[in-house]
Amino acid sequence: MARILVFLEHHEGAIQKGSLGVLAKAGQLGGEVSGVVIGSGVRELAEAGGRHGAATVYVADDASLAAPLPQPRVDVLAKLVGDEGFDTVLFAQSVLAADVAAGLAVRLGAGLNWDLVDLDADGIGKRPALADSVLVDVGWSSDVRLAIFRAGTFDAVETGGSAEIKDAAVELQGFSTQAEMVEQAHADQQGPSIEDAEVIVAGGRGLGEPEKFALAEELAQALGGAVAATRAVVDAGWYPYSAQVGQTGKTVSPKLYVALGISGAIQHKVGMQGSNVIVSINKDSNAPIFEFSDLGVVGDLHEIVPKLVELVRARRS
Amino acid sequence: MSVRPSDFPAPWSAAEAVRAPTDPVDERIEVGFLIVGAGPAGLAAAIRIGQLIEEQPDVAERLGDVPVAVLEKGKAPGSHLLSGAVVNPRGLQRLFKGRKRIDEMPFYGPVHGESVLFLTKRRALRIPTPPTMVNHRNYVASLARLGRWLGEEAEALGATILPETAAEQLLVDGGRVVGVRTGDRGRGRAGEELGNFEPGSDIAARVTILAEGTQGHLTGAALDRFYLRSDNPQVWALGVKEVWKVATPLREVVHTMGWPLRPGKRYREFGGSFIYPMGDDMVTIGLVVGLDYRDAELSVHDLLQELKTHPRVRRILEGGERVQWGAKTIPEGGFVALPKKLHAPGLLLCGDGAGFVNVPALKGIHYAIESGRLAAEAAWRTLERGASPRSALATYDESVRESFIWRDLQEVRNMRQVFGRGFYVGGALAGAMTATKGRFPPGNAATERDAEQSLIATDRAASYPTPDGVLTFDKLSSVFASGNRTRDDQPNHIRIQTKVPRELAELWARMCPAQVYEVGEADGDGTVEVKLAPSNCVQCGAITAKGGRLTPPEGGSGPEYTLT
Amino acid sequence: MKIAVCVKAVPDATAGRRIDPATKRIDRSVELAISDFDTYAVEEALRLKEEAGDGEVVVVSMGPEKAMDALRKALAMGADRATLITDSALGGADLLGTAAALAGALESESPDLILFGQQSADGGGACLWSAVAERLRRPVISQVSELTTESGSVTGKRQTEFGYDTIRAPLPAVIAVSDAINTPRYPSLKGIMGAKKKPQSTFSAADVGGAVEPATTVVALAPPPARGDARKIEDDGSAAEKILEFLAEKRLV
Repeated sequence: MARILVFLEHHEGAIQKGSLGVLAKAGQLGGEVSGVVIGSGVRELAEAGGRHGAATVYVADDASLAAPLPQPRVDVLAKLVGDEGFDTVLFAQSVLAADVAAGLAVRLGAGLNWDLVDLDADGIGKRPALADSVLVDVGWSSDVRLAIFRAGTFDAVETGGSAEIKDAAVELQGFSTQAEMVEQAHADQQGPSIEDAEVIVAGGRGLGEPEKFALAEELAQALGGAVAATRAVVDAGWYPYSAQVGQTGKTVSPKLYVALGISGAIQHKVGMQGSNVIVSINKDSNAPIFEFSDLGVVGDLHEIVPKLVELVRARRS
Repeated sequence: MSVRPSDFPAPWSAAEAVRAPTDPVDERIEVGFLIVGAGPAGLAAAIRIGQLIEEQPDVAERLGDVPVAVLEKGKAPGSHLLSGAVVNPRGLQRLFKGRKRIDEMPFYGPVHGESVLFLTKRRALRIPTPPTMVNHRNYVASLARLGRWLGEEAEALGATILPETAAEQLLVDGGRVVGVRTGDRGRGRAGEELGNFEPGSDIAARVTILAEGTQGHLTGAALDRFYLRSDNPQVWALGVKEVWKVATPLREVVHTMGWPLRPGKRYREFGGSFIYPMGDDMVTIGLVVGLDYRDAELSVHDLLQELKTHPRVRRILEGGERVQWGAKTIPEGGFVALPKKLHAPGLLLCGDGAGFVNVPALKGIHYAIESGRLAAEAAWRTLERGASPRSALATYDESVRESFIWRDLQEVRNMRQVFGRGFYVGGALAGAMTATKGRFPPGNAATERDAEQSLIATDRAASYPTPDGVLTFDKLSSVFASGNRTRDDQPNHIRIQTKVPRELAELWARMCPAQVYEVGEADGDGTVEVKLAPSNCVQCGAITAKGGRLTPPEGGSGPEYTLT
Repeated sequence: MKIAVCVKAVPDATAGRRIDPATKRIDRSVELAISDFDTYAVEEALRLKEEAGDGEVVVVSMGPEKAMDALRKALAMGADRATLITDSALGGADLLGTAAALAGALESESPDLILFGQQSADGGGACLWSAVAERLRRPVISQVSELTTESGSVTGKRQTEFGYDTIRAPLPAVIAVSDAINTPRYPSLKGIMGAKKKPQSTFSAADVGGAVEPATTVVALAPPPARGDARKIEDDGSAAEKILEFLAEKRLV
């Protein structure tokens, strides 16, 4: 029976949704599921792990772990894996998680597969490759298996259970503590950049004129996301190049991509086809974007979007 | 009053591409011989120079630290090369005599069999292969792949290839070509200098060899600057092609005529298609149409899509997958449109840029290679003790006139022009020419400028197939399949008048295989605005034939061909 | 200061990027070029060297022999030397193998600073630097969008999902820079022409400590599943409500 450990990343007093999603996935793999919380003053977060599917939550609580730096976490996890005999360690993608997982892989001599969108009980993971045009089945040949899941792949599930809480040893290597946090990130007042955004509302020529970008902006704000643009409208000067998504712009893979008045030419598609959920509104029923949208709406965006903005705002309040 | 593209000439003059050197001497880059264009002509020249350097190292010393440099505006040699192609190996055999055998060259095999088909919408009638088109003992090649290989051979012999480098201006000093100025990199859409702006450089050379291919930018400037233009204007055809992975091997080389082109004289639709096997698992299919066509709705890109729906063609591609697409113009004026001289002080002209294409045989690559080889030998003569550079370079003209290039082109010199009289009359006259090896009709038929054909409108676009994404495709998908990912934030490299009659704007929009032009808003006075998406451009050169001007964009832009 | 920049040569033309069905790995028989992301790291190294007034920039890479052609671009940009680890034994190396080989080469170089780009343009992986830092037992800072060096240490502004952290580490350190850090320069013609003459050396697997067995496997390839239950509707006046319902169902709102 697999012994699975899930890295529960946390920020400002709460466990990250992504980590809880991975915890839910772990529960489907048919083994013992544990979580681990590492930081300073984080003991009370352990209970959330139990409520979301962990049978045991290990806590490494120490002042030396206060800053969200990767290398001390490698030390803690390596010791924990060695002491408790875990054979699977799962992470939800984040800047920190990727750094931790890679360091841990080398420390343990363990295989690491990343950007996974699924994993089965037989130890086969699925990951998209080549701008999501191909799906690869990957496996491990090492005793311990490490995996990083693509952000937002799984939803958290409240099982209402409670976990046994245990202490994890904190023994740090000399080199692990050499990097020091001079100043930690504050809550960001600006909207997310389009590469980090979980929600993107993108505008294309179907908006009709530059002023209509206000529709995209309102919807983005209502959904808590960022605004992007196609090459055509950036070329026409309607929106800045920094917002361009596509082959010659940025590549994004948010949880939700809303395409307004975008035809879906392949140059644009390759920049966003990895998005989890794609909703598009276009008045041309033959627009190629409908071939790769989860929900395609043939209609006038100038009528639909204002109504949608109101409905979203109402729901969120 | 019918619209002609030539009524709206491009806002460009050859003088823009010629200037005196300006870099201070210590910033100038000095090379021995400078070759512009890493295509078959340019690389043949570089290879020949490399061979001569090996044979005569003491003479080679006079060329300095960088004996031969080749400028290439594409990402790498091959990136901008596109042809059918069935290659006559003669040029390569002469270039690599004693050094390489044909089986060491990157061909897709010899031609095993061929057929010529006359197509109607549903049928294919096999006709006897015209003698000019017999391809016995020739080899199927991808020019992009051949170019990449020639580039490796040139580098192995010591040539310095400078990719992603556009040759923007000819440097002329005291009436002599002294080198080339390369293009800037890192300018924004409005021409402003971006954070990583890198200005171009003056490259100084003893001899500059222009091997730029069709619609050569500096070649065009040189023809004007040195009064080299033939009295007969050059004319072009646009070729659009695709490379497919196929399920069933094609065992012969196929050429077609007829549908989807129209035979009537008023249409002036001269051309045909080619379908060549590339090994057992790939096929290339292309359509070539003369740019003297008159219908504003004609789109060679979409005619190719239509051609693929013919039952005979569909069969070949069934179960396959398109893997690459590209487009390029071909000079078709032939012998009568060749420059008056192929040299000027400090300058030699080679290959397609000079117009060395045998239209009835669809051949130009072996002429390019031979002309590059001859140019290299002429350039080398300028190094001989006591040589007069002027007479040394004049030996290039002499050797071209004595070569098979001249003989072949002279024999077929009138064939293209007679098709201005329509397919059937033209065909009959062409047949007479072939039978008499060019002696009948006597004299040289004049060419007519492509841009001077007045436009007509039929409902041609109605029959273009709706792209299904499997057999037929839209232009943007095709541009993607050329590997084009040109940086958007750079100055527009296309010179056209942007306020023109609607028919002209439509002509350009349909003509361009890469969807660069779009008919914009009407100005209320009978004209419309033309909108451009320059980063789509695959630099085929069609616009230059039809009233505009293609200039080289930032080095590294454009398609990234590997199999075309 | 000696700066090593770890770069990867990846298939260049977009049209050429494909997975070889025989080996199930990216087909590397086509033209290779330095991964775009790595050029930011090369640029940053060159800037640090220029600011300091002296130093050396070495590019280090692992790949097939012809990857050396791709490394020349870094030399053309201004790097001083190129080192390529090339050995058929390293052909199928995964993260562990690559990190071990790079660390082996880096140990012989003993640079003050080691730079990486932010992700691999073909494999999409984003964590090689941490693996290398672990092998070298040195501190690592990733996603750096601003980098400054002081005597004996380096400070990076690291971009995370939550904003920017400022982190300092003593040298030698491993830094992965993001594409927000600078705009890479175009190589000058003189740079391109001079690149050939700059020192280029190779390491075999034995030189870098031997090959490490891969711990991950590629089992199969398949086209991605079509988007499950894709819906297309015509607006009859209630599209906005239907969209909201859909978003709610997917827990996106």
